[in-house]
Amino acid sequence: MKYKVALIGAPNCGKSTLFNGLTGGRAKTANYAGVTVETKKGIFETHAGHDIELYDLPGIYGLTARSQDEKVAIDMLNGEMKEVGRPHLMLVVIDASNLRTHLHSALQLREMGLPMIVVLNMIDIATRDGIEINVGELSNQLGVPVVASRATRKEGREELLNQIDKLLIGDLETALAKSVHDNLALLQKDARKIASIVIEKEASLNVITRKIDDIVLNPFLGPLVLALVLFLMFQAVFTWATPFMDAISYLVEALGRNVRNILGKSLFSQLIVDGIIAGVGAVLVFLPQIVILFAFIIILEASGYMSRAAFLMDEIMRRAGLNGRAFIPLLSSFACAIPGIMSARVIEHERDRLTTILIAPLMTCSARLPVYTLIIAAFIPNKPVFGFIGLQGLVMFCLYLSGIISAFIVAFVLKRTMTHGASQALIMELPSYKLPNARDFFLGIYMAAKSFVRRAGTVILWTSVILWGLSRFPLSATNLRETFAGKIGAILEKVLAPIGFNLEISIALVPGLAAREVAVGALGTIYSIQGGDANLETGLAQTLQHAWSLPTALAFLAWYVFAPQCFATLATIRRETNSWKWPVFAFCYLIILAYIAAGATYYISKIWF
Amino acid sequence: MELLNLEKGKSAIVSGINAKDETIIAKLREIGFAEGDEVEIMHYGPIAKTPICIRLNRTLIALRPEEACAIEVEA
Repeated sequence: MKYKVALIGAPNCGKSTLFNGLTGGRAKTANYAGVTVETKKGIFETHAGHDIELYDLPGIYGLTARSQDEKVAIDMLNGEMKEVGRPHLMLVVIDASNLRTHLHSALQLREMGLPMIVVLNMIDIATRDGIEINVGELSNQLGVPVVASRATRKEGREELLNQIDKLLIGDLETALAKSVHDNLALLQKDARKIASIVIEKEASLNVITRKIDDIVLNPFLGPLVLALVLFLMFQAVFTWATPFMDAISYLVEALGRNVRNILGKSLFSQLIVDGIIAGVGAVLVFLPQIVILFAFIIILEASGYMSRAAFLMDEIMRRAGLNGRAFIPLLSSFACAIPGIMSARVIEHERDRLTTILIAPLMTCSARLPVYTLIIAAFIPNKPVFGFIGLQGLVMFCLYLSGIISAFIVAFVLKRTMTHGASQALIMELPSYKLPNARDFFLGIYMAAKSFVRRAGTVILWTSVILWGLSRFPLSATNLRETFAGKIGAILEKVLAPIGFNLEISIALVPGLAAREVAVGALGTIYSIQGGDANLETGLAQTLQHAWSLPTALAFLAWYVFAPQCFATLATIRRETNSWKWPVFAFCYLIILAYIAAGATYYISKIWF
Repeated sequence: MELLNLEKGKSAIVSGINAKDETIIAKLREIGFAEGDEVEIMHYGPIAKTPICIRLNRTLIALRPEEACAIEVEA
């Protein structure tokens, strides 16, 4: 039989690292009907050969459920999640270096009546800081097994597995002391009493954390550091990725050439080379940028800096009608709006959460990078500004910035019209700084890369094939305008011509509605078909330089800052808000903004240049 | 006195948590504030001195003044 084990603990207690350690990173996302939450589920085997299904629950501080995340965790423990049922055992993870502050949550959880093991996590960090805890005594005091575990090493994990076996072999129905009192203040008093007994040596705040915060949270230096971090992040995405992108695009081109040589000029060969290789290849090229972006976000999150950024941004966010906590969902939206929108669940206040969800698509997600990169490489000269900043990087930074500024303006307007109401409180722990765990880091990047490549192999592959078909048939067509794609594009072109878009752009926007980056592949397909073999080799960027005017290119960039071209995002908004009203609203306001921005950019730059 | 009035860098002991809104009290208690704990104001946010970074024992917690004023301290 399979035993269900729930992993529960406060945010930042090292729960995910423990999860990855126990399961070897083999995790599946588990979805539950009617609940807008995704938790990770992993499988492992104990020494005695018991199969364990481990559920990683959202981080909670206590049992008074307020946010959606917390509610899910508590429902799961109560067995109210039908797909899972009541877990057989819970592992309560506590950060050893904050035992005094967090112990009361173990007392609260104990009263749920489930067999439990307390995992005193990151004991090595606590020891390093000079804290000494009597683990055996803690176990006596709590009346449940306590295992000390290191943050990153195997030690402690063995003991944990043995303890799990012991509980599973023994009577799982171990009756536990039921609620002595449910008054939080009294519970805390008990917890503090136990803490005073078991903590044999207490230490003050970690010196390194204190020193870093003196700089990072300084009212003058702090914002400067934050700006620097964000700027470095975007420069890195643009410059460090270049050699890898060049290598991939070289391979794609070589593959296309060779396949063409083998297959000849048949229609099938065109489908493979012009449709699939050109379309999928044009998107795969951007894998290095996505990897670098996720690497930054994972490091910022794991190191503890992300919550400092939220601290620095809180007041600005509040004035825009948001909450410092919205910073994390919004920053994740730079990678992808979908995890961003989902992580808005950490925002307890419903109206604040809604505002955050609605503006998340304005954060420049990684799917827009392929488009930005392509157009910038084609139209913006790579000359240095002020001696050390590349002009291309600067333009990229401005595009990100205009997304952010618009998001604030939209939030400000929404807060005064559709989502008005009082702001919620900010109560947020700033974890002590840590070096990110290598396994967590690589797993995170691997998952991001995998889902990107999977999209390239599915959505993008099929849209490439369909688009190739639409732009190749009927066979009697002598130019693009006469093909099926041309006919659809021609209708769109009527609407889009006033903002400077030509027929090719109008066609590329059709499949681009499914996912933004597809537009690049689509342009690859359209132009390589239109111009024959040579285009695949000279590269799309060079082709565009000749085919588009500068105002058109700039208008296209402006369009992409706003355009809601991602069905997955709209579907996520629908799921998270449980209504069609908000995805429809988001789509409409974004497309109107996109149209206005592209139009304004087109006319202003036409006068300017 | 109120935690808010504590001088930056001086530590004090929590003597009570009081607010009209019960949920604020519950939230503050759950994240760890309790009578007898040591607190200290470490940093202020860059704009209008908000939010406030508070050391609670050896944990750092960010609060806005609206929530921080629920915490009573004794020097």
